Amino acid sequence: MIEQKYRPLMEVRQLSLHFHQYGKELRKMMTVAITNFDMTIHREEIVAVVGASGSGKSLLANSILGILPKNAELGGKLYFEGEELTIEKQIQLRGKDIFLIPQSINALDPLMKTGKQVELVIKKKDRKNIRKNIFKKLGLPPEIGDLYPFELSGGMARRVLVAMAMASEAKLIIADEPTPGLDIDARNETLALIKHLSDSGKGVMFITHDLNAAHSIADRVAVFYAGQTLEVANAKDFSGTGNSLRHPYSRALWNALPQNNFFPTFEVQKFTEKSPTGCVYRCRCPLSTDLCAQQQPEAKMVDNGMVRCFHA
Amino acid sequence: MYAKKGTWFIVKNTLKLASLLVAVSIISFTLVSHSPVDPIQSYIGADMTSVSPEQRDNIAAYWGLNDTYTTRFSHWANAVLHGNLGTSLTFRTSVADVIAERFFASLALMGIAWAISGILGYLLGIIAGMRKETWLDVAIKGFCFTIASTPAFWLGLLLLMCFSVWFGWFPVGLASPAGILNEDVTIYERIRHLFLPALTLSIVGISNVALHTRQKLIDVLDSEFIRFAKAKGEHSFSLLWRHGIRSISLPAISLHFASFGELFGGAVLAEQVFSYPGLGQAVVQAGLGGDVPLLLGIVLFSTLFVFAGNLTADLLYQVIDPRVRRRRTT
Amino acid sequence: MSVSNNIIRKRKNMWSLRVKSTVIVSVSLSILVGMLISSFFITPDKLVVDLQLRNIAPSLEHLFGTDWMGRDMLARTLKGLSLSFGVGLLSVIISSFIALLLSLLTLTNKAVDVCVTWLIDLFLSVPHIVLLILIAFTLGGGFKGVVIGLAVTHWPSLTRLLRAEVLQINSAEYVAISQKLGKTKAWVAAHHVLPHLLPQLLIGSILLFPHAILHEAAITFLGFGLSPETPAIGIILSEAMRYLSTGMWWLALFPGLALLVMVGIFDILGRQLQKWIDPFSGDHL
Repeated sequence: MIEQKYRPLMEVRQLSLHFHQYGKELRKMMTVAITNFDMTIHREEIVAVVGASGSGKSLLANSILGILPKNAELGGKLYFEGEELTIEKQIQLRGKDIFLIPQSINALDPLMKTGKQVELVIKKKDRKNIRKNIFKKLGLPPEIGDLYPFELSGGMARRVLVAMAMASEAKLIIADEPTPGLDIDARNETLALIKHLSDSGKGVMFITHDLNAAHSIADRVAVFYAGQTLEVANAKDFSGTGNSLRHPYSRALWNALPQNNFFPTFEVQKFTEKSPTGCVYRCRCPLSTDLCAQQQPEAKMVDNGMVRCFHA
Repeated sequence: MYAKKGTWFIVKNTLKLASLLVAVSIISFTLVSHSPVDPIQSYIGADMTSVSPEQRDNIAAYWGLNDTYTTRFSHWANAVLHGNLGTSLTFRTSVADVIAERFFASLALMGIAWAISGILGYLLGIIAGMRKETWLDVAIKGFCFTIASTPAFWLGLLLLMCFSVWFGWFPVGLASPAGILNEDVTIYERIRHLFLPALTLSIVGISNVALHTRQKLIDVLDSEFIRFAKAKGEHSFSLLWRHGIRSISLPAISLHFASFGELFGGAVLAEQVFSYPGLGQAVVQAGLGGDVPLLLGIVLFSTLFVFAGNLTADLLYQVIDPRVRRRRTT
Repeated sequence: MSVSNNIIRKRKNMWSLRVKSTVIVSVSLSILVGMLISSFFITPDKLVVDLQLRNIAPSLEHLFGTDWMGRDMLARTLKGLSLSFGVGLLSVIISSFIALLLSLLTLTNKAVDVCVTWLIDLFLSVPHIVLLILIAFTLGGGFKGVVIGLAVTHWPSLTRLLRAEVLQINSAEYVAISQKLGKTKAWVAAHHVLPHLLPQLLIGSILLFPHAILHEAAITFLGFGLSPETPAIGIILSEAMRYLSTGMWWLALFPGLALLVMVGIFDILGRQLQKWIDPFSGDHL
C-alpha cells in the first residue's frame, strides 16, 4: 500500500515532439516542438509547467492525452500509475482517469447547452443533481445550465470547464492555461479551484505562463524554454532574489515579475528547423561559455531539484 | 425583443423581394422588347401569307405593338400587378394556368431529386469527412468532382441510352402516354416517366452538398471543441453524433435550399432530354417559339422560386441556430 | 504500437505534395494543350460529309466513330472543344473584368458597396439557364449571344469573392496608414488592393471556365446557342439525341466525355493553383 502511495501518478521521460509541415510553394519542413522533457506528478500534487507563450507547453498536454495532429511524431516514454501509457491506454484513460481543462473557452460545444455538456462527463446516475451540486460549489447559478456557451461571460465559461473536471472522476487533471483573460478575482478563484482539485486527491499538471500563479499554488515548478525543461524547482525556491533557483533563465523569469526587481527578459524563442546543438538558452544567458555552445547540458540533480545547466 | 427582430426580418426581406422583382421585370421586359423575333410571326406561325397586312396591323394595334416602350411596359406591369400575366402564344391559354400546371409537374421532379440528392450528398459528405484522406474519401471526392464537371444533359442522354434504349425499362419520352387524358394516367405510369429525369437531377445535385458537408465536417473536427471532446475520451461515432451533427446539419440544409437556382436549371435540361412536360420544357418552348408573355411569366416565377429557397435557408438559421435565435437585437 | 518504441506514430511516407501537384498540373496542361492544338490540324476536308462512311462504330480508323452523314466524330469533337474553349475564354475574360471593376468600385463608399451587393443578388436571383435563354432570345442566339450571355451571368460569384477580399485588404493597417498619409482611394486601390487581388482574380477566372463551358454547351443543346452548322458539343449532343434510339451510342458518349475532361482540367488547374498560393486553404486533392 505504501508503495502504491509513493508510486508517481504520472511520469514523463525524455519526451520529444516533431512536426512535419508544408510551407509556401508546398515545400516540406520539419519543426522541433519539444525535446528531452521530463516530469513526475504524484497524487495530491500540483506541478506547474511555466514557459512563455509559443514554447510548446500546450503540446505537452496533447501529447499526454494522445490527441496530437497526424503530422506529429512523438518520442520518449510515458507512464501512468507505473504502467506504460500506450496509445490504446491513452484512448481508454482520457476523459476517465486523465482530464483536461482546456486553454480556450471555445472548447465548449457552441450548439449544446452547458448543463448538458457537463452532464455528459458524469458517468453515474442522477446526472442532473450531481451537476447542480457542482455548479453550486463553483458559485454558478443553476440557470447557467440552460444557456449556450456564447451567452456566458469568459469567467463563467471557465468555471463550466472546471466543473467538468470536477464532475469527472479523473486522477490526473491537466489544466492548460486556465487563467488568461480573467480579472484578478476570477483568476484567484480559478487558482483556488485548482488547489481544491488537488486537495481532493487528484494530481494536477498546471500549464501556465504566469509564474506568480504557478508558484503560489504548485508544489513544484518546471521551467520550460524552447521545448525543454531547464529546471524543476520546488515552489519555495521562488523567493527573495531567486538565489535558490538553479538555472539562470528561472532567475531571470522570477526577477522579471513586477513585485520583484522587474528586470525584463527578452523572449525570442521559435521552433527551429533542426534539433539545436548546445544549450537552448545560451544566446540569452549571461553565463554562456564555449561549452554551452558545443553540447547540451544533461539534466542533473541539485538541491533536490532538476536543472539542465553546466554552471549550476 | 424577439418580436421586433421578427418584424425587421419580414420588412427587410419584403423590400428585397420587391426590389428584385421590379428590377427583374424591367430588365427582362427591356430585353424581350429588343428581340429581333417578330411576335406576330411567332403568333401566327410560319404561314405569314395567310394574314393580310391589314389583319397584321390590327393584331399589332390590339397588342399595342405600335405604342412606345414605356406605355407597353406600364400596361404589362399594371396587368401583372393585377395578377394577369397575359396569354401564352404557344399554349393559347393564360400564362398563369400554364405555369401552375407545368410547375406542379416540375415540382414532383425537382422535389424528389432535391430530397434524394440532399440525403445522399449529406451522407457521402459525412463519410468522406470522417474518413478524410483514406481511399473512401478519395473515391467520394473523385466522384463529386467528376459529377461537378459533367454536363447534366449528357448524363441524361447516357441514362436514357442505358435504361430506355438498351434495357427498355423506361419510356423514351413524354410524362403521360400520348392519346390518354391526363386524369387517366396511373401512378405507375407517372413514376415510370418521372424516374429517369429524377435520377439525373439527383445525381447532379449530390456533388455540391457532399463537398460542402465534407469540408464543413473537416473544419468542425479540427475545431477546439472537438479536440476537447476527444480529450474527454469521445471518439468516432459518439463524437460525430454528439458534437459533429449539430454543427454541420444546418449549413448543409441551408446550402441545399439556397441551390434552387441550380435545381431549376438542371430541371430545364432534364425535362428537355426526357421530354418531361414541366416548367423547364415550357421555358425552352417559350424562348424558341417567341412566346414573350410566357417567357416573362416564367422569368418572374423562377425568381420567386429562387428567392423562396434563399429565404428558407436564411429563415432556418433564424429559427434553429441558437447563436442567431437568441441574439438580442440592439 | 507502444509509446516506448524509439519513435512512435511515424508519419506514413507520403509522396511529396509538391511533386504530386507539379505532376498533376503538367499532365492536365498537356492534355488541354493537346486538345487545342490538334483541333488546328483538322482541316475542313476532315469534317466533310462522306455517305460511304455512315454510322461506323468506333474503330482504329475512326476512334470516335462516324455519324449518319459519315462525318468523323473525333474531328467534330475536337473542333467542338476548341469552340467551347474560345467561347469560354472570351466570356471569362469579360466576366473577370466586370468582377474586378465592380469589386474595386466597392472601395469608393458604402452606398456603392450596397449597390454592388444588390446587383450581385439581382443576377443570382434568376436561374442562370433562364437568364441565358432570355439574353439569347434578345440577341437572337449565335456566337455573340452566347458570349454576352455567359459574360453577363458569370461575374456575380467571382465579384462576391473579390469583394470579400477587397474588404479584408482595405481594413488592413497599412491601408489605414496610407490613407492617413493622404493617399487617394484610387492610389490605395492601385498600389495595395490590386496587387493582392490579382492571384485571387486569376484563380477565380480559371474556376469560372467549368461553369462557362458547361453553360455554353447546355444553352447550345437547348437550341439558343451556337448555330446548328457549327460542330459545337451542344449541337453534336442534341443531334445525337435524335439518333439515340438507333443504338449509335458513340455519338453521345465520346463528345460528352471529352467535354467532361476539358471542364475537369480547368477545375483541377484552378484548385492546384489555389493550393500553390495558399497551402492552407481548402482541402487536399
